[in-house]
Amino acid sequence: MKTGHSPRRAKSLTFLSAALLVLFATGCGRQYMVLDPAGPVGREELHLIVMSAILVGIVIIPVLILLFYIVWRYRDKPGNTAPYTPKWSESKGLEVVWWGIPIVIVGVLGAFTAKTTFALTKPPAESADVTPITIQVTSLDWKWLFQYPGQGIATVNYAEIPTGVPIQFELTSDAPMNSFWVPQLGGQEYTMPGMAMRLWLEADKAGTYYGHGANFTGAGFAHMDFNVIATSDSNFEAWVKQVKASSPALTKAGYAQLKEPSVIGTKSYSSFPPGLFNGTIWADGGQYMPNMMNQTGSPLKAGIHTNSTGVGSGDSMSGMSNMTNMSAMSATGTSSSQK
Amino acid sequence: MPSGFMQFADKYLMWKEGPMIWGSDVAILLVSIGIVFVLTYFHKWKWLWREWITTVDHKKIGIMYLICALLMLFRGGADAELLRTQLAIPNNHFLSAEHYDQIFTTHGTIMILFMAMPFIFALFNIVVPLQIGARDVAFPYLNAISFWLFFFAAMLFNLSFVFGGSPDASWVSYPPLSELGFDPGPGENYYLLALQITGIGSIATGINFLATIFKMRAPGMKLMHMPLFTWSTVAACVVIIFAFPALAIAIALLTLDRIFGTHFFTILHGGNPMMFVNLFWVWGHPEVYIVVLPAFGVYSEVVATFARKRIFGYSSMVASLMLISVISYFVWAHHFFTMGAGADVNTFFAVASMLVGIPTGVKVFNWLFTMYRGRIRMTLPMLWTIAFVPCFAIGGATGIMLAAAPADYQYHNSYFLIAHFHQVLIGGVVFGMLAGMYYWWPKMFGFKLDERLGRWAFWFFNIGFYVCFMPQYALGFMGMQRRMYTYPADMGWNTLNLISTIGAYIMAIGFVFIVIQVLYSVKYGERDLTGDPWDGRTLEWSLPSPAPHYNFAVIPTVTSRDVWWELKEQGRTDELKPKAEDIKPIHMPKNSARPFFMGLAFFVAGFGFVFDSMWLGFLGLAGVVACLIARALEYNDDYHIPVHEVVETEATLGRLG
Repeated sequence: MKTGHSPRRAKSLTFLSAALLVLFATGCGRQYMVLDPAGPVGREELHLIVMSAILVGIVIIPVLILLFYIVWRYRDKPGNTAPYTPKWSESKGLEVVWWGIPIVIVGVLGAFTAKTTFALTKPPAESADVTPITIQVTSLDWKWLFQYPGQGIATVNYAEIPTGVPIQFELTSDAPMNSFWVPQLGGQEYTMPGMAMRLWLEADKAGTYYGHGANFTGAGFAHMDFNVIATSDSNFEAWVKQVKASSPALTKAGYAQLKEPSVIGTKSYSSFPPGLFNGTIWADGGQYMPNMMNQTGSPLKAGIHTNSTGVGSGDSMSGMSNMTNMSAMSATGTSSSQK
Repeated sequence: MPSGFMQFADKYLMWKEGPMIWGSDVAILLVSIGIVFVLTYFHKWKWLWREWITTVDHKKIGIMYLICALLMLFRGGADAELLRTQLAIPNNHFLSAEHYDQIFTTHGTIMILFMAMPFIFALFNIVVPLQIGARDVAFPYLNAISFWLFFFAAMLFNLSFVFGGSPDASWVSYPPLSELGFDPGPGENYYLLALQITGIGSIATGINFLATIFKMRAPGMKLMHMPLFTWSTVAACVVIIFAFPALAIAIALLTLDRIFGTHFFTILHGGNPMMFVNLFWVWGHPEVYIVVLPAFGVYSEVVATFARKRIFGYSSMVASLMLISVISYFVWAHHFFTMGAGADVNTFFAVASMLVGIPTGVKVFNWLFTMYRGRIRMTLPMLWTIAFVPCFAIGGATGIMLAAAPADYQYHNSYFLIAHFHQVLIGGVVFGMLAGMYYWWPKMFGFKLDERLGRWAFWFFNIGFYVCFMPQYALGFMGMQRRMYTYPADMGWNTLNLISTIGAYIMAIGFVFIVIQVLYSVKYGERDLTGDPWDGRTLEWSLPSPAPHYNFAVIPTVTSRDVWWELKEQGRTDELKPKAEDIKPIHMPKNSARPFFMGLAFFVAGFGFVFDSMWLGFLGLAGVVACLIARALEYNDDYHIPVHEVVETEATLGRLG
């Protein structure tokens, strides 16, 4: 588990970031989003990126130096006095060295990778005591719909979040598979029809963060950008109030229109049809995955009973990011009871 | 004009698509007329039919693969230049989104399946039988079928550009995007059927060469005497045999979805798109090892020859080849860490992916220490090999970085990934194939490719490569995703994209130099009269260039690794020259036109199914079956070259001992 920001850790991070600064002479400005994280998830990932860059550097820099030295030293020029041993082709000692070094490096990097992989499936440790917010994200052709089940509002192509609060993004798609990526907050995860995936992100600085779909979905794909705007708690509350007061409601007909392939700007909605997110998952294939439907532990229990098919098995279908369950689902998939 | 014709012209000939299609139509027409004219004017039709189309000779099939690979390198490269031109500046309108999507789809598909694959098959065919002292492959007739399946599949795939429309769901072609609901039209069908047809040929090639190497080595050649290129062929063939069926299944099921209305991968009715993604990469990841392992084989041959030194750590080299081919099956999920597998699954695939780096790293060190205390001659094959080392080392390093699953969440589908795989595929595969082409060119054609023009090509291509792809790593860190046809001006991506495009143009100049080099060398290239222009080490250099039809008049007996080098050192090369009294009639396979017609039948079937025309599709398949039956009833498919003919040939070559 992550232990937060010990001074030693912070120091090593500073040092590593400085190393990367040298790597990119232009510096880690706002442009190098991945290298300029604004939240704990992105920072954790950057830490692993820097760590792996250094570990592989330990191997390839000597290789490059060795290559240039050898090619220069043993070139075939008259008068080259370097030794020439055409039959020398075995050395147990040397071979042990270069089987050994990569094994050690892969061991170290593998251990770090495992640790980070497991850590990132949980909400950021820094704010373990803060109640998380859930935002349900649906990728459409070619726009992003954000629903706030706790707040009862919805937006298109932008999302506001409070700083210092872990956000649980629940991801699905009502169109071809996409990928939800906000580089400065952290890594991406696929949005897939018929299932909900879970991605924890958090911003600890106020700001506007660029996001974009990362998995190709056709002609309008290049225009699937959105902003995640992080503000203080009070600003966030004010924004929610304002959206509730001044924006139209998202109706079923409105959603049907959103679903049509198009490229549009941002929108805000004061409410959305109950059970829209889960109903979408259900209709797009969730109905064939009863095990997934029965998963519990979701912070959200939206009205699955109102979904269009009217089948009400499992009212708590939600964030599922476990392959073992998924394969179980596909095994039993088509045997589920449905109309 | 009748309205029916106008409809046809719009729907299938795509006349409304604009000048790019018109230009291609005109170019195809002119080239076709040109080819027909030249063949007729020089009375070459019979020659083409007898010497090439009906041949089952591995050397000629290899040359045909090579020509196709170079043509496809041109097509895929032209696609790349169009893509980079579109991305040179923000908000560009050079290509529309639809055209851009089609072009990156065909670029990826062609480069992997119709450029890299035939290129490695070219070298398998040209080199392996000669290296192991065989007169042909185990199944020469099947070998011809493999080639013609590839050829007609490539034709079918390329036809989509001017007839009906290109595929546009990317080379990975994930459903549901590639399902009928989101992607109507024939483009995606072209992709599926062309890949299916060429895939059958590839599996057959894998089986063919494995059988050849295991059963047809010269007497005395133990497995651990085999040249490393032959070993790399073994490793690649094993991977082909186990990986390609997964692709065949994946695209067959998707084809059924699209053409017969099944629901394997659809959103509705219980389909599961994730299964396609898994199956695709169960093939897709091993596929990159299929193409890079033979390149490793080339480097091993080239380094030993031009450092004039035995390959360092031969047993380690063999072990690492085989290790890579095994590990390659346990890494496929690293192409979709972000698809939501659990932390345990991701950790397994992350560590497995890093493990590949270990045997690969060992190979790099062994190549370096082959050069160490050698005498390095800077010939063209050696230049490309030396350029490969830093390029592949950096590409491999970023590969290990990508393997760290949580970090991959930040690289996935970004330009960092694009830079990485181009670096390993160009730096690893293309450099290796070019090195192999330069190295074995004299063996194929009897002359060397011009050194000076080759150096120009080398430097343009290499400098262009770094200018093109290094900025893309940075663009990935800046959040730029792959497959965007355009980008806004305020992202800070402009300069690096422009630099990258300039790099792509410089690489194109490099390619043009290769073309000029080939044309120039046909006339002025240094002739190879000895058969051993590089002072080589392995058996193929004991033969004249080009080798006679039957390769070895008398099959040599092999007693060691680097047998030709050993004999030269001991002054015993005459032992490999045939003596008239030792020559016996040589058993050879007869030429056959059937592989060509079988490929044609597959083409007809594929074309029919592309346009949902069942009668044409099944007619084509009936043609395939007819070819199979005709072959089954054929008893007279071989002949013997009489002794006097062999003696005469050898005498003309001045080789009778």
